Amino acid sequence: MTRARGLIGWILPAALVLGWEALSRLGVIPANILPAPTAVAAALWRVAVSGELARNMGVSAWRAGIGFLIGGAIGFAFGLANGLSRFSEEFTDTTLQMVRNVPHLALIPLVILWFGIGEQAKLFLVALGVFFPIYINTLHGIRSVDPQLVEMGRTYGMNGFELFGQVILPGALPSIFVGLRFGLGIMWLTLIVAETISASSGIGYMAMQAREFMMTDVVVLSILIYALLGKLADTVARALERRTLAWNPAFEGV
Amino acid sequence: MFTDALAMIETAARFVPPDDLRRDPPVPFEVLGDHLAPQSRGARLSVSKLAKRFGETPVLDGIDLNIAPGSFVAIVGKSGCGKSTLLRLILGLETPTSGRIDLPAGAAARFVFQEPRLLPWAKVVDNVSVGLGRTGSRAARRAEAARALADVGLDGRGDAWPSVLSGGQKQRVALARALVSRPRLLALDEPLGALDALTRISMQGLVERVWRDQRFTALLVTHDVSEAIALADRVILVDGGRIALDIDVDLPRPRRRGTPAFAALEKRVLDALFGGFEGGDAI
Repeated sequence: MTRARGLIGWILPAALVLGWEALSRLGVIPANILPAPTAVAAALWRVAVSGELARNMGVSAWRAGIGFLIGGAIGFAFGLANGLSRFSEEFTDTTLQMVRNVPHLALIPLVILWFGIGEQAKLFLVALGVFFPIYINTLHGIRSVDPQLVEMGRTYGMNGFELFGQVILPGALPSIFVGLRFGLGIMWLTLIVAETISASSGIGYMAMQAREFMMTDVVVLSILIYALLGKLADTVARALERRTLAWNPAFEGV
Repeated sequence: MFTDALAMIETAARFVPPDDLRRDPPVPFEVLGDHLAPQSRGARLSVSKLAKRFGETPVLDGIDLNIAPGSFVAIVGKSGCGKSTLLRLILGLETPTSGRIDLPAGAAARFVFQEPRLLPWAKVVDNVSVGLGRTGSRAARRAEAARALADVGLDGRGDAWPSVLSGGQKQRVALARALVSRPRLLALDEPLGALDALTRISMQGLVERVWRDQRFTALLVTHDVSEAIALADRVILVDGGRIALDIDVDLPRPRRRGTPAFAALEKRVLDALFGGFEGGDAI
């Protein structure tokens, strides 16, 4: 039953691919506009054999992961600090909210001037993009912890650390996971844009290279790889969520 | 916590007692009966000239109270009369504006809230372990918690998540959490208020049984006069921030509602509560 449910989500994509293949074969969709799925598969084989794919995917995954870790850790730290300390919030929140309202991709020209097209530029952008959803949702999660439970914890003699570990953090966790999943989405988005504009390696670079040589199949392949990587990250986050939030009836059987 | 206080201020503000009542001297507490077991583990509690105001609004105004070790005292009153505040002051959840509260050091007082307040992310047994704090190993705490669960009739439910329990079961877990550390004073703030009538009655029986087994001093805040008379040795009526009535309940246990003596006591408290007429201006 659960297995069948898991598969149901794949019926529509499979039908789309089959329809696309059929239309390509019939010549309705010209190959230079959108190559057939089989042509994309052939391109996949080609770049996989040449080692180009593994190298570029590795570079992209590394950038995504490191950028996410840096931005997520800082966002989480600020979320905790501002959720737990009124002073810290008053001191930093106004600044953070102002910075948040600048679209981080608008900083690309400045970032290129600062860092050139090296790794730092990409990491900086990814970290900046990931920072805010994690920050906001951690803060919100801590703020929305049931004050009655906090009072119970104090009445039952919990010290600050126990209160944090047993009441505040678990209470904030559902919201932190929302931030995590938003952050993962922004991570890929930022990376795609950054790699497409200025890079000498990575999936985005591979797509731009292919465009230069009119290799539509590789361009489509790159887009599909991004979609799959995004889906993979989301699946990992959901699995983590299911494990940690087993107590929550809202997550039963999700 | 703050919304609680606000709600209390709001309701308290609506019940400004008439002047003549406020000038009345406090009803002196009675010397307690000697029917209690002398070797009770319960804590002795004494309160003198206790006052609490929230901003300009007086909630409690000169409470004097002596509670014998191991006795079961019920505090009744209209909503907003300050009975919950009195309990929270005694347990140190609020600080008094003036007056003093004497509880022996290490009395290990525990509080049962109106809501179960279980940690939804902790298994039932771990929720009960919260009552043991940092004492001993985790395994020892869990074993102790499992025993406390058996005491409240939830043997074997330790591995469940709180979300699968009924309201009455959750409140029993909260009771086990309060009792697991063997407190000498147990404060109960309308713990049965949110339960349905049938569950209430069986929970009252449970509270009485654990109290008889463990002989802690029990302080029960309730708005249900018949519950107070069914459980308590002594019923205290708080009105307008003062003690308006303080009577001993000398009925044999287990008590049966509907006996003439029970009904007479109930009427006496209700009359004091509503100033003579049933329902009266309280609604």
